[in-house]
Amino acid sequence: MTPLQLVFLLTAALTLVAAFRVVTTRNLVHAALWLVVTLFGVAVLFVLLNAPFLAVVQVVVYIGAIAVLFIFAIMLTRREMRDQGAQLNKGWWAAALVSLLTFGGLFWLTRSWDGFTRTAAPLPTGQDTLSALGKALVSPDAFVLPFEIASVLLLAALVGAVYVAYREK
Amino acid sequence: MTFWNDPIHFIAEWLRGLFIGWGMSGDVANVLIALIGAVVLASVAMVLDILLVWVERKVVARFQDRLGPNRLGPFGLFQPFADILKLIIKENITPAGADKVPYNIAPILAMTAVLLLWAVLPLAPTIFGVDLNVGALYLIAAGALGTLAIILAGWSSNNKFALIGAFRAVAMMVSYEIPMVVTLLIPTILAGTMSLNGMVKAQDVWFVVLSPLAVIIFLISAVAELGRAPFDLNEAESELVAGYHVEYSGMKFGLFYAAELLHAFTFGGFMAVLFFGGWRGPWAEQYPLLGLLYFFVKAMIGYWVFMWIRYTMPRIRIDHMLAFNWKFLTPLAFVLLMVTALVDKALAGAETWVYALGMFLANVVVAWVTVEILRAYSRRRRLEEEAPAKQVIRTGVEGQAAHH
Amino acid sequence: MVDAWLYIGLFLLVGIVIPGMAIMISWLVAPRKPNPVKQSPYECGVETVGESRVQFKAQYYIFTLVFLVFDVETVFLFPWAVALGKLPLFVALEGIVFILILVAGLVYAWRKGMLEWV
Repeated sequence: MTPLQLVFLLTAALTLVAAFRVVTTRNLVHAALWLVVTLFGVAVLFVLLNAPFLAVVQVVVYIGAIAVLFIFAIMLTRREMRDQGAQLNKGWWAAALVSLLTFGGLFWLTRSWDGFTRTAAPLPTGQDTLSALGKALVSPDAFVLPFEIASVLLLAALVGAVYVAYREK
Repeated sequence: MTFWNDPIHFIAEWLRGLFIGWGMSGDVANVLIALIGAVVLASVAMVLDILLVWVERKVVARFQDRLGPNRLGPFGLFQPFADILKLIIKENITPAGADKVPYNIAPILAMTAVLLLWAVLPLAPTIFGVDLNVGALYLIAAGALGTLAIILAGWSSNNKFALIGAFRAVAMMVSYEIPMVVTLLIPTILAGTMSLNGMVKAQDVWFVVLSPLAVIIFLISAVAELGRAPFDLNEAESELVAGYHVEYSGMKFGLFYAAELLHAFTFGGFMAVLFFGGWRGPWAEQYPLLGLLYFFVKAMIGYWVFMWIRYTMPRIRIDHMLAFNWKFLTPLAFVLLMVTALVDKALAGAETWVYALGMFLANVVVAWVTVEILRAYSRRRRLEEEAPAKQVIRTGVEGQAAHH
Repeated sequence: MVDAWLYIGLFLLVGIVIPGMAIMISWLVAPRKPNPVKQSPYECGVETVGESRVQFKAQYYIFTLVFLVFDVETVFLFPWAVALGKLPLFVALEGIVFILILVAGLVYAWRKGMLEWV
């Protein structure tokens, strides 16, 4: 086992444990904090995949903005932070079945995919991946349409937020 | 390669030879050297932090027409060591009902978030932790961890002041992050890279000449990000006592305090790197230690400006703070970004001085238009304010006329 | 590249250990004499009324929501800014269009009074 694999396994384990705690912990703020740990673990995984830009974006957007948004939302909506009710409701077996089926399906689909065993081609050295990404985002023969649509999507999110928050004065 | 033109690699090579001589494998030696480098850099930052306590206290004293610490050692230089000793032997009070784990993580995380910035700070041509190709965004990512530390501290303390302070701090930090990120995009455009050392190398003309407005926007949003006056409403001693760290005592409080000071100095350093040529200066390329000196002088000047602002300005109200950001700074930053991008494309092939002049003039035009818009707005507001008063007088006169 | 990030990882470790050590030392030498009065939440000597973790103004949430939108936007802009020098003019303009669409969103939010604190 190479050190890189060891780091991967530790990070993956941490991410999974944290994700599990997000669901099981009874304190909502703790759940949000465990979510931060999960997201940080994912950022480390991005680094291991040689995608530093995505790793940094993961921290900036998910930890810096979305986790903060979650914590604000929790503080707004609930006065009582500690949930005393049952954690499972009557439909738990159906949810478990669906999750199991989804997991099984994904497992079955990816089982035969050779991407797991094949060694990825090394990245061409000396190439500025960020610059290449930037070019790809705005080049007409690449991803300019998704890029602009992303902008419209963000606009829609903003308008939606305005609508939710809007009060007749 | 000698010590004088590349000290860090000189020492690293020497250490590597030493470790391999001891029978280590090359990889282990590399990791060990990286670890030693990290420990040294972080320790330098911490020692500097101790000196900053003295600098800050001395400078604030001068601003307030006092002498400041002057008893311990020459010019009171040993005062911060006494401060640390005192902080260490003070009792760490954990308030009842505190959420223990987040409560103890928060001060550590606050310090870590600041220390992490030092890993990418280019101190000299060859003296830096690491040169990431996402350096500019890394700065924001480390800031996100700092935000998290404040939320943790405020929430876990089980204190209303702390929670209110934390909420204000976070609302402010996230709001001012937008103009800051946008002004980070401007050096990125000018240098064509996000690597911080690359940005310094690209500054044949300092970016402060190319984009003075960006420097001002960055300075304002940095002050807000640091939570220093006039944006210190997260601490607001007259209303919230101390804000998010009100329940902290002893060394845990000390860490918040130290993190704040080091953060301010680090942002002075980033100002220097992004806009004032970082380590650049005469002979800096040949003698990195000279570059180190230039960097620290520039960073210290930046830090001094932060102190100057802090001890001159009164605190602003939260609604004014948010309105100033969202209705003024953010639109201005976006306009400046678009103008910079357009001018950059228009003058792409031009001579350096034409490019610099064009950029500078574009900034002047943006600033002038901004001032004109503000003037028109304030004139309209003034007329609106004055208008009802006049009407009252007129109706009064007419009313009297009707009586007659 | 992973080498550079290995350094960042080590630095993160060091950055946690150094302040951690400061707290550890203080934990070893500092006195520990807790009592209920000392541990009560500090409210300038007044007894705490009700829950400490109070509910908050919705405005905090709304401003964070607006922030989130612009944060994601700027993340998209970084690769564009890096590549700008190597792009033809009309391709570069697409980034400007991207910004303009979102500035329109900011103006909309402004007109709807979403950027007001009260």
